Amino acid sequence: MLCQNCGKANAVAHITEVINGQKTEKHLCAECAQKLGYTQPGFMHFNFGDLLGSMLGVPVQHRRVEENTQRCPFCGMTLEEFIRTGRAGCATCYSTFYDNLIGSIGRIHGKTAHTGKVPRIAGASLQRERELERLKKQLQEAVDAQEYERAATLRDEIRAKEDNAQQEGN
Amino acid sequence: MAETKKTQMLDTAVSTRIRLARNLANYPFPHRMTAEQKEAVVREVTDALFSANKTIGQTFHATKIADMPQAEALYLVEQHLISPEFAETPDGVVLRDDSGTVSIMLNEEDHIRIQVVLPGAALDEAMETANRIDDLLDEKLRYAFDERLGYLTQCPTNLGTGLRASVMVHLPVLTDQRAIGSLSAALSKLGMTVRGIYGEGSEARGKMYQISNQVTLGLSEQEAVESLKTVVAQVMEQEAQAREKVFAASPAAFDRVCRALGTLQYARLLSGEEFMELVSDVRMGLCAGALEGMTPGDVDQLIAQAQPATILHRLGRNLSAQERDRERADFVRAAVRSVQPAE
Repeated sequence: MLCQNCGKANAVAHITEVINGQKTEKHLCAECAQKLGYTQPGFMHFNFGDLLGSMLGVPVQHRRVEENTQRCPFCGMTLEEFIRTGRAGCATCYSTFYDNLIGSIGRIHGKTAHTGKVPRIAGASLQRERELERLKKQLQEAVDAQEYERAATLRDEIRAKEDNAQQEGN
Repeated sequence: MAETKKTQMLDTAVSTRIRLARNLANYPFPHRMTAEQKEAVVREVTDALFSANKTIGQTFHATKIADMPQAEALYLVEQHLISPEFAETPDGVVLRDDSGTVSIMLNEEDHIRIQVVLPGAALDEAMETANRIDDLLDEKLRYAFDERLGYLTQCPTNLGTGLRASVMVHLPVLTDQRAIGSLSAALSKLGMTVRGIYGEGSEARGKMYQISNQVTLGLSEQEAVESLKTVVAQVMEQEAQAREKVFAASPAAFDRVCRALGTLQYARLLSGEEFMELVSDVRMGLCAGALEGMTPGDVDQLIAQAQPATILHRLGRNLSAQERDRERADFVRAAVRSVQPAE
């Protein structure tokens, strides 16, 4: 079989890529394989940036991303650069490119909203909200498991916290 | 008997690690920082730690990677206190406490990486220590955080809690039965991974693996730790059951652990690779009750002490490969002297 790229030399590298569920096969000669970035024929070199980049939404070989000229106002990073390297430039990159990234972030983690620990700067109200969510989840679990005594304790705890929050709000 | 079985199961766990990734809001991430910005981050974090009104902050000391001998950096890698990449980062700074179980890497992939490494299965304890340090830093620093995405990290795979919780387990029988591949496939469906700790490649040296959570967004720290605990307990139970069967089935397993012990007790030269293979068998023998005279925890300490850079660090000088193998053999021989078959 001849190389699909140059059509001259014999194809020695047979590459199957699955990107975003789409399978493509390539048959290349050693020279073209190297030129196209498959550094060692037969010994696939795995670039983590590429992998992550493809998870972040843009297939590797179609990476001629439409000119997205928007830059992160804090560090100057572009969306293209973020996707290519799989790395954010700074914290502000996430709010700048949130809409472009959230789908892919959901694919990586299976979820899109943080439910864990909250730092001091996020403020007491968010911390309390998270705590309430956690207690309500435990309450539901207790009810499902028919542990009514534990459920009653949790219910009282939730009420007390909600009352407190209201009083502080007034 | 029930008591013995429980102990044996716990013995499968070698150590526990918790890692929290944190960044400061007012600097770019390390790969886009200037030297001045990196220094400023180091200053902010060390000030926050040392000025804190709690004793825990006072026990830390800071060392720049460029200022420590290479052997020491590699020794820290072998003790899992810093990452291999970080050992190659001259302007990185590591903060260590006196206990040798806590480290904070500054300007690695993220500005701050808090790490706690404890022997055995100790997820709650390690999590508590990591949280204490995190709270302490949070009092003085302004963390990069988003209500929707949680703690913001350079790599999107760490968004959310920034938590990587791992338990290192010794799975000799499951490895021999080629069960690690299917274990790995099953774990990935649960948002967890399993990988070798010592050396690269499919067959992990010493048959030691690290099981850790992969997903960090959309579940709380507590949930991540609880599901890891459940999974690790199941894996340890499987290993224990498989081990019991193998030792009951034929004398071959007993023969193998005795031969491994014999070699460790008499060898005069031991390469790192051969040592890991043999010590894995001896550890399995001790866990199965086929050998006695040492606890699996003692073996884990021996393994840590017999790693190449750790040997050089202990002796404080450079050795040729053969001298190192002799040093390792001498050290190991003394450590396993009193181990014997339980007949």
